[in-house]
This record gives sequence, C-alpha cells and structure tokens, in this order.
Amino acid sequence: MQHSNSYIFRYSAIMVIIVAAMLAATAELLKPKQLDNIRIEKMQFILSSAGIRVEKKDVIPTYNKFITKELGVDLSGNIVSIFQNGKQEQGTIRPFEISLKEELDKISKGAGDVVLPLYICNNDGKTIFIVPVYGKGLWGPLWGNMAFADDMNTVVGATFDHKAETPGLGSEIATTVFQAQFANKQIFDPSGEFVSVSVVKGGVKNSSTPEAHGVDAISGGTITSNAVSKMLHDCLINYVPYFKKDQ
Amino acid sequence: MTTESKKKEPLFSAKNKKLFSLPLFGNNPITVQVLGICSALAITVKLENAVVMAISVTAVIAVGNLIISLLRNTIPSRIRIIVQLVVIAALVIMVDQVLKAFVYDVSKQLSVFVGLIITNCIIMGRFEAFAMANKPWPSLLDGIGNGLGYGIILVIIAFFRELLGFGTIWGYKIIPESFYDFGYKDNGFMILPPMALITVGVIIWIQRSKNKDLIEKN
Repeated sequence: MQHSNSYIFRYSAIMVIIVAAMLAATAELLKPKQLDNIRIEKMQFILSSAGIRVEKKDVIPTYNKFITKELGVDLSGNIVSIFQNGKQEQGTIRPFEISLKEELDKISKGAGDVVLPLYICNNDGKTIFIVPVYGKGLWGPLWGNMAFADDMNTVVGATFDHKAETPGLGSEIATTVFQAQFANKQIFDPSGEFVSVSVVKGGVKNSSTPEAHGVDAISGGTITSNAVSKMLHDCLINYVPYFKKDQ
Repeated sequence: MTTESKKKEPLFSAKNKKLFSLPLFGNNPITVQVLGICSALAITVKLENAVVMAISVTAVIAVGNLIISLLRNTIPSRIRIIVQLVVIAALVIMVDQVLKAFVYDVSKQLSVFVGLIITNCIIMGRFEAFAMANKPWPSLLDGIGNGLGYGIILVIIAFFRELLGFGTIWGYKIIPESFYDFGYKDNGFMILPPMALITVGVIIWIQRSKNKDLIEKN
C-alpha cells in the first residue's frame, strides 16, 4: 500500500514521541537501582585498596563497619567536611559523593573551593588512610585508590582500574600482580620531601629511583605506566598539606 | 498476507507449533541460516553471559516481532526499515537499562554487545521476513522460537568453552583438583574467538550428519 507523504511524516513524528517517552520513563525508573550498583562498586573498590575483599552483596555493611570516617580536605590541609556514623557532621557535601575529576579540573583552573575526599578505615585497630586518584591513561581515564598506614607515608595497598587501556599491555595495571608492588613503598623521602611513587621503565633495580619510591613498569605499556606515575604525583600532592599537618 | 487463514485456527495448531520449533533445530538461525555469528563468538566465554545474552535477544525479538506485527498494516512501506530499526533500538536500550539495574556485573562483561543486539541480523531478518506479513500470535511464536534457537547454540558453545577453558560451569569448579595434579591444564585457546568458530563448526557438522536434508546439493 502506498501512503502519502504527510502520512509518513505524521507516522514518524508520533512514533518518535512515543518511543522517546517510553525510553525516558524506563531510564528514570531504573536510575536509582543503577546508581546503587555504581556506588556499591565504588565502595568495593575503596575497601579492596585497604586489603578488604568482599562479595558484592556484603559491600554496604562491610563498608559501614570498616570505613569509620569520610573526610573532605581543602588544598591547605584543613578538614572542611566530615561524614561519620551515617551522618554529616561538618560541611554540606558527603565526601563519598565528591567527583574527584571535577575537583581536579577546578585545581587545574586555579579555582579555590576545592574539596578532596579521603577515607579513614579502621581494620583491626590499624588506621588506614585511603586516597582516591584519577588521571589520564593512553586511551581513556584511569582511576584508583591508594591506602596509607597511619604514618601517612607508607603505602598499604593500591588498586587501579581503567576505561580502555590496551588489553594485555596497559590494562595490566588492573591486575593484583602490578598493584601488589605498591605495598610498603613510601611517598615522602627521609627528609620529609614529597616524592610520590613512580612507575619506572626498565625496572627499579636498574634505575636511579630509590627502591622505596618506585615500582616496575609494564613491558609494552610505557605510556600507561607513565600515566600512572603522573596520576599518583598529581593527585597525592594535593593531600600533602593535610598529611603534613596530621603526621 | 498469503499465510493468513480465513477460519479461526487453534492457538497451538500444528502450523503454529512448527513456527516455534523449527528455528530451534531444523532452521536454526546460527547453524543453518548462519546469522548472528559475531555475537556467538564474542560472548560465549562464560555460560552466565551466554544465558543473559540469549534471554535478552529472545526478549527483543519476541516483543519486537509482536509490535511490528501489530503495526504491520499501518507502517508505510517506504520507511518500514526505519520503523523496524526504531523498534529494535528502543527495545535494546530498555534491555540494556534493565541489565545495568539488575545484573550489573554481567552487563559490564557484555559491554558493547548488548548495544550490538541492534545490529543482530536475526532480528531484522525476522521482522522483515515474518512479522511484516503475519498476525501477532504467529509472529510472537516465531520470535520466541528464533530467539531460543539462537540462545540454545550460544549456551551449547558457552558450556564447552567455559568447561574446557576455565574448568568451571556457571562459575563453579567442575573439573576436580586431582585432574590438575595429574597435569591436566585448562585450555586457554578455548577462551579465544577462533575456538568459538570451531565449536560452531562442530555443531553444524553434527547437525548436518544427523539431518541429511540440510546438506547443500552443490
């Protein structure tokens, strides 16, 4: 059957409106559930940097048990936000909800009102400070968490993930083999100067980097390795004033 | 409208049953029509992924077939492909949203392949070849049949790939530890796409040796 042009126009217009309304409704309806999944994944990721591995279904109770405090710190090391025992004790925004990417953008633009998230974990009486990191990889963003012992210098654990690093090469940063290297590294040198931890091409042993501040890079993943070094340096340096104050 | 019969026929008449069962084996979309191969290679590493994918495709194709069939007399023939694509795309986006909400881990592993259901030629093929010319009920059956026909093959491939590649089924260890002590090793090659293709080939071979009608004459 041949339809007129105006019929075709009306038909497509109505079809598009109905489909758009249906899709919008589905997206809105399922959004809370999807956001929950993303939050649970973030919690699981934070916990795993402190060495606490947990199944998806147990994440929320475990998180509430181990992460005793969430802090928001500004660039001069002052605490501007505290979230503790399930309620906001200081400041307005819960540190967990802060988008590190946006805060880092603010820093690069020189804006003043930066609040950086920091998680305090209590594992068997040991206090662990967990700092999220975010940066650019070869093909897409990299992110992760660094966990420090209570001297705020020694690394306890690290987790990294990525959006789209090269499989088998750069993507190896997400493996436990790579991440395990970070344990017991230090971000301050003996004189108290911030040096971060670098990922060293060719291996730490063959380089001038002191053993305490370097880990071995991934063969064939040089750009991603360098990106991890840069991410760690650029993110951790913002926390140095806070670390210095509390050390 | 040649297939429409004048008098009312029972819901599960022999013809309707055939619509449902034929694509499962005799006219399977993967092994006989050789459609939808790319997704069959990509997401059959683990049984769970294959089952989720099979359910997703079945849902899209069954509901899509029903919608297209209900609309078949109103769809202007000059834009029918566009209408079909809009229906597929809308359904796939919904499936994707549902997966993200309820089986987040699986949806992360399936990643782009859920979106790529849109380009799965089986679905377009059924809309164009069947739903555009048949009543809603037979279309629904045809959709479910084709979706499951696709799903069965996916599940069979995934079963062997996961068993031989990881030694597990649905994430549970099946091959006993003592095998490994004797030097048995999981075959990493099973996890790679070429072995999926070979597994499909073996299934086609077995099917054709059982059913001689499927063998081409030339």
